[in-house]
Amino acid sequence: MCLAIPVKVTEITGAVARVEMAGVTREVSVMLLPETQVGDYVLVHAGFAIERIDEQEAAETLRLFSEMETNLEN
Amino acid sequence: MSNDHHRYVADFRNAEVARKIADRLAARKLERTVRLMEVCGTHTVAIWKHGIRQLLPEGITLLSGPGCPVCVTTNADVDLAIALARRPDVTLATFGDMLKVPGSYSSLQQAKAEGAGIRIVYSPLDALRIAQDNPSTSVVFFAVGFETTAPTIAASVLEAERQELDNFYIISVHKLIPPAMKALLDSGEVRIDGFICPGHVSSIIGARAYEFIANDYGIPCVISGFEPLDVLQSIDMLVAQINERRASVEIEYSRAVRREGNKVALELLHRVFEIADADWRGMGILSRSGLKLRPEYSRYDAEQVFDIDSGPTRDHTGCSCGDVLRGAMTPSDCRLFAKTCTPEHPVGPCMVSSEGTCSSWYQYGGGTYGIR
Repeated sequence: MCLAIPVKVTEITGAVARVEMAGVTREVSVMLLPETQVGDYVLVHAGFAIERIDEQEAAETLRLFSEMETNLEN
Repeated sequence: MSNDHHRYVADFRNAEVARKIADRLAARKLERTVRLMEVCGTHTVAIWKHGIRQLLPEGITLLSGPGCPVCVTTNADVDLAIALARRPDVTLATFGDMLKVPGSYSSLQQAKAEGAGIRIVYSPLDALRIAQDNPSTSVVFFAVGFETTAPTIAASVLEAERQELDNFYIISVHKLIPPAMKALLDSGEVRIDGFICPGHVSSIIGARAYEFIANDYGIPCVISGFEPLDVLQSIDMLVAQINERRASVEIEYSRAVRREGNKVALELLHRVFEIADADWRGMGILSRSGLKLRPEYSRYDAEQVFDIDSGPTRDHTGCSCGDVLRGAMTPSDCRLFAKTCTPEHPVGPCMVSSEGTCSSWYQYGGGTYGIR
């Protein structure tokens, strides 16, 4: 049921955002995520943006993987 | 591909890093065998699709729990939807993956072929649009799903209210994940040493919703993303907790899950719905494990508005979906699996839904070559 890949917000009009993924655009509601801004990456479920992807946290998670690699090598 | 694609998808699928996490996991000393359960159909698929089982050291077993919303919907609820769809004054709107799910005697797909008014929608807002465009038809949305879906339905009900639509209704068979996890632990039927908690359910409900599992039952929980490195890392975090004799709720999927969840979505959900008992396939009626419309929104409740008699229910002989959903049986132990029950001719919902445990086992070779 869940689409796990984030989509990019390209336009917002009222409670409706236009999102784009791999060249396909569609409209989703931002009623559940009113602070959404153009340029955000969001998770979409059943036509609604449900959460914004936190760029810093994504980088931090990737960094933890790398840190772990370093530890393994030590 | 763009940098963004790399940051959010490709970097989380790096095979070299996956091997290193797997090596680290293999280097951890297990005091005893470890049994971890995922309770999300999207994780079930991700684990098979990315070959996670094949990367795990001996002694770690992954179990699939009741994480597919289509699968845990009972025959009685499917029968109800079919009975409503057969009324000439009703159009039933449903997510596509409910269509082939067998009820007691028929499926929505079969009813549609026989002339019932059934429309497949991607979003409850699509159902709302059908109601706007067809004012003389009663449009009933078959609201199946967990905490991720429920706020979208709540928002649609509020939108129907705002637009003063008087021909939009729902059948609420929403279910809640933490009560199902509790029921599995209370029954003691299956030993579970840790939970891989669902990603997007947790985007809504946050991490606190699982704290009673860590605190009261001493079972570690890790909220996981859906990419292969996410799942491997989550398994490693669970094994680390088990080895350190800790039990807490950790968030691996921190880029999409906040500890407090999505407050706006939760507020809308609780404005429209109240917690109620719910009937789960394979688990029976679980206390406070579902959602029903609050009395002030009962005019949208199809079960209250329409006089429906869907007749007696029956179970399908030999189908073990109930046992599979509790993790008490693997699909390849079911005597129908890959024989009379296949994705082309499914007997039970776990083979119908692409996120069903049986469907995933069938598609990715579960039960063959010793893969379990």
